[in-house]
Amino acid sequence: MKYLDEYRNGEIAAKIVDEIRRTLTRPWLLMEVCGGQTHSIVKHGIDYLLPAGLELVHGPGCPVCVTPLEMIDKAHAIARLPNVIFCSFGDMLRVPGSDGDLFTIKSLGGDVRIVYSPLDCLKIARANPRKQVVFFAIGFETTAPANAMLAWRARVESLNNVSLLVSHVLVPPALQAILDAPDNRIQGFLGPGHVCAVMGYTEYDPISARYHVPIVITGFEPLDILQGTLMTIRQLESGRATVENQYSRILNREGNPAAQKLIATVFEVGDRKWRGIGAIPGSGYHLRPEFAGHDAEKLFEVGRIAPLEPEICISGQILRGLKKPHDCPAFASLCTPQHPLGATMVSAEGACAAYYTYGRHLTPHRSDPLLHVIDETEDIHASR
Amino acid sequence: MPAADEASKILRADDPDIVPSSTPFGSCPIPIFDHQRIVLGHGSGGKLTADLIEKIFLPAFRNPTLDKMDDQAVLQFGDMRLAFTTDSFVVTPIFFPGGDIGRLAIHGTVNDLAMSGARPLYLSAAFILEEGLPVDDLRRVVESMRSAAAEAGVQLVTGDTKVVNRGKGDQIFITTTGIGVIENGINISADQARPGDKIILSGTIGDHGMTIMSQREGLQFEGAIQSDCASLNQLVVAMLSTSSERRDFIHTMRDPTRGGVATTLNELARHANVGIVIDQRAIPVRESVQGACEVLGLDPLYVANEGKLIAFVVPEMAEVVLHRMSQHPLGADAAIIGEVVNTHPGMVLMKTQIGGTRVLDVMFGEQLPRIC
Repeated sequence: MKYLDEYRNGEIAAKIVDEIRRTLTRPWLLMEVCGGQTHSIVKHGIDYLLPAGLELVHGPGCPVCVTPLEMIDKAHAIARLPNVIFCSFGDMLRVPGSDGDLFTIKSLGGDVRIVYSPLDCLKIARANPRKQVVFFAIGFETTAPANAMLAWRARVESLNNVSLLVSHVLVPPALQAILDAPDNRIQGFLGPGHVCAVMGYTEYDPISARYHVPIVITGFEPLDILQGTLMTIRQLESGRATVENQYSRILNREGNPAAQKLIATVFEVGDRKWRGIGAIPGSGYHLRPEFAGHDAEKLFEVGRIAPLEPEICISGQILRGLKKPHDCPAFASLCTPQHPLGATMVSAEGACAAYYTYGRHLTPHRSDPLLHVIDETEDIHASR
Repeated sequence: MPAADEASKILRADDPDIVPSSTPFGSCPIPIFDHQRIVLGHGSGGKLTADLIEKIFLPAFRNPTLDKMDDQAVLQFGDMRLAFTTDSFVVTPIFFPGGDIGRLAIHGTVNDLAMSGARPLYLSAAFILEEGLPVDDLRRVVESMRSAAAEAGVQLVTGDTKVVNRGKGDQIFITTTGIGVIENGINISADQARPGDKIILSGTIGDHGMTIMSQREGLQFEGAIQSDCASLNQLVVAMLSTSSERRDFIHTMRDPTRGGVATTLNELARHANVGIVIDQRAIPVRESVQGACEVLGLDPLYVANEGKLIAFVVPEMAEVVLHRMSQHPLGADAAIIGEVVNTHPGMVLMKTQIGGTRVLDVMFGEQLPRIC
């Protein structure tokens, strides 16, 4: 398919992998920031094309994973209300809260709907003037413009039955939190392509300079990721640390000024809690006071919610790149996509779910019977 | 706001409908739970459906025929073997590009019979109609059932009709049941799959599922997508006629409907306790379907088909069977997509487009569009 197959070409992939191999003189540890990148890496088997010594760890950029449990519980409490139509992106429906998921609430009679665009909520609100239409506005800078547009349009059209439950987070503060951690191991980042398509990448210059860490803004197709990896390795091998743009076919240094303006009109930066990481100052968006009439957190006071996370789950360490899914004793045994113990197993973009779905055959795990298999399958290893 | 009190009450209440299953970590409120109510995912054809069958239906009805877990039962009467199957059809919208619920109801049951190598003969049809359904719509559905049955060479010989109150159904639900005869020497079943078998897919994947999804969501994709719904029995006859001497060269056949090719291959790998390796590059996908899937963050390998089959064929016959299929209009895009291996039993591996390798798992529940 045009504009996709070009970026999934096996021969070019093999050439870039060769170039990475030639460039590499010692081990490096990189983090791909985005969940979409993690998904692509395991879906296409990219990590197993890379030479030994080059490790990719998965970052905090899965919006479903980092949404705190209390926010999910809050969403569920609102979705259970009789007069509410609760709208969400599809993959939030399976995220378990303390007592069920949105599918369960739907089966109990809750009006839960999947929307493809936040603006679909406007149509639903116009058609259901007596109901409260609540949109679960989660995500990074990528989804912020469309979510902001919903709030803005609702206000302009005086659709008072539209509100947003906002749990928006920002990438740069999270990168800083990772780099500030005393046990940090990350030496370079594949930066978030779509986030930067909105925001540009000037925010990353001071981070790269201060921590002397290469950040290569990278796309999501296999060749994007391999090229971004090569660019990062080249910087590391030559001792440079700067921000580079691999994804130049999509974005430039300034990003999308119209989208930025809309975001600034609707949202203000404030503290946010990240699931698995904790509170990070200035790491998220909140609705501005003039949009309080569309702020579901203010409209629905759902009581004190202080859930406990399962102790065994290491999703926090996975989100910070300290551990990999296979390091978790519950991975693929107690914790599966069907029975997730933590956020990283829930979303398709979560590192654990991606590993489970595409790569659980690759590293032996004591409780997984489906092991040791791939080395016996010669023909499928021909290209490695 | 009254809503607030109500919600906090709901949160604190001990809701008997959502009970955590026995947790391995004591009283910690771990978000593991089994659904205590039916959720949509139970009908997805994925893991939740399998769970329902294993926990509720199999224990109640267990017998050797059912335990084979094929899409049809094969029953022996003296010298004669009959294939017997049933299927219910619920789809919104009931009319869609390339077909309607009536065509689906005929094709689906005909195909389940044909996948055993049977010649489908007779069908029954039961209709559950919602009060208020336009009679013209019913007439249209019935007319298309008539023409689909005529094309497939089957007769509808018995039926039933019920009407439910408005709001208690979704326009029209149809259940069809069918019987067919299996010629001597043909033994096609999931458990017949053998290492070395080549896996043939009869054409492009995901057409039906993406047609329904784009209609349902009002999404307009460039290059119209049409359902592939079709009766496959004539294609199967063509395949079986590849050899006049041998009858046993097709080991296994399935039509990859709900859950798509990925889920069907996993079921077959598990039932036959064999490994499967497929090559992503060999799998035909229409550009419009691939594009729609990319936009929605879905994988065509998990999207439903209604006029495609997967066949496991002995290696020495695979090319000739493929050739015979490619001469039939329903097999024009047929391709060998992989093979059965004697490693990693129960698991499906896929060589990816860029030369990596990954597990191709079953779908858990509903396929969910990704956030970004």
